Amino acid sequence: MILIALLALLVATAWTVVRLRSLFATVMLTGIYSFLGASWMLLLDAPDVAFTEAAVGAGISTVIMLATLSLTTREEKVCRFRVLPLLVVVATGAALVYATLDMPVHGDPAAPAHLHVAPEYIADVVPTPDGEVLQVGIPNVVTAVLASYRGYDTLGETVVIFTAGVAVMLLLRRPRREDES
Amino acid sequence: MKRQSILRVVSKLLIPYILLFALYVQFHGDYGPGGGFQAGVIFAAAFILYGLVFGLEPVRRVAPPEVVEKVAALGVLVYAGVGVVAMLKGGNFLDYSALEQHKAHAQHHGILIIEAGVGITVAAVMISIFQAFAARRAGR
Repeated sequence: MILIALLALLVATAWTVVRLRSLFATVMLTGIYSFLGASWMLLLDAPDVAFTEAAVGAGISTVIMLATLSLTTREEKVCRFRVLPLLVVVATGAALVYATLDMPVHGDPAAPAHLHVAPEYIADVVPTPDGEVLQVGIPNVVTAVLASYRGYDTLGETVVIFTAGVAVMLLLRRPRREDES
Repeated sequence: MKRQSILRVVSKLLIPYILLFALYVQFHGDYGPGGGFQAGVIFAAAFILYGLVFGLEPVRRVAPPEVVEKVAALGVLVYAGVGVVAMLKGGNFLDYSALEQHKAHAQHHGILIIEAGVGITVAAVMISIFQAFAARRAGR
């Protein structure tokens, strides 16, 4: 029931975002959309993802979008209706919906994703009777996967975030010489 | 927003708890939801709230841009450094089990340190992105 209500709110927010011309209201609504998305993730038992979505999507990106608005304009330009983009969007959406039909039911223990390495990871959380751990042995499987099993990936992600920060600083920060003159 | 006394008082009250919560999320990530990325973002959110309410100059005094950008690099160095230390101790790159004799402790400490590296980088990058945008707006 609450899932249907949340999905309805998500659709309503997305529709309003599409219809609105005021960019300020749009930014606020995308923040709300992220927050609803976070609630949705929480209901799907993914608190780690919900955490990130609430902090980044609803929090920081909203602030940064507002900062961008103050640098640009507050009104969306009125553009004429075009058929090709609509067709592309509808075709992509239809393909995605069609693809979900083949997916296993949410939480299905027999789903391929739950049969590959996941049982090994979950078994590793509980230490053996003599107190030894097999591989990682920390209670939060998500952290174990991110930080230890997939440590290379997370190092790469950290470098990506660092690179993004450097890129923003290069683009937005004015050179020192200009300040002095 | 410098004259909004309610906002000023409430944000002053909230900021220490936001920072504390970020540290909790950071160091409790092994046991509950959370980890370096989430903690870094929450930590940066405290600075951004401070900047929004009190202005760019105060937040620049607390977190000078030239320090923040070096701290961002420090986080990546901490992360990669753990990998190099594991190699020096005879293991593979980022193989925490090589860090200490006791495997469970080694894994635990390795994860704590690399999560700290992630948190440091994410917090510093978010703060510096906010400062870059805010400085543009102020025309500085």
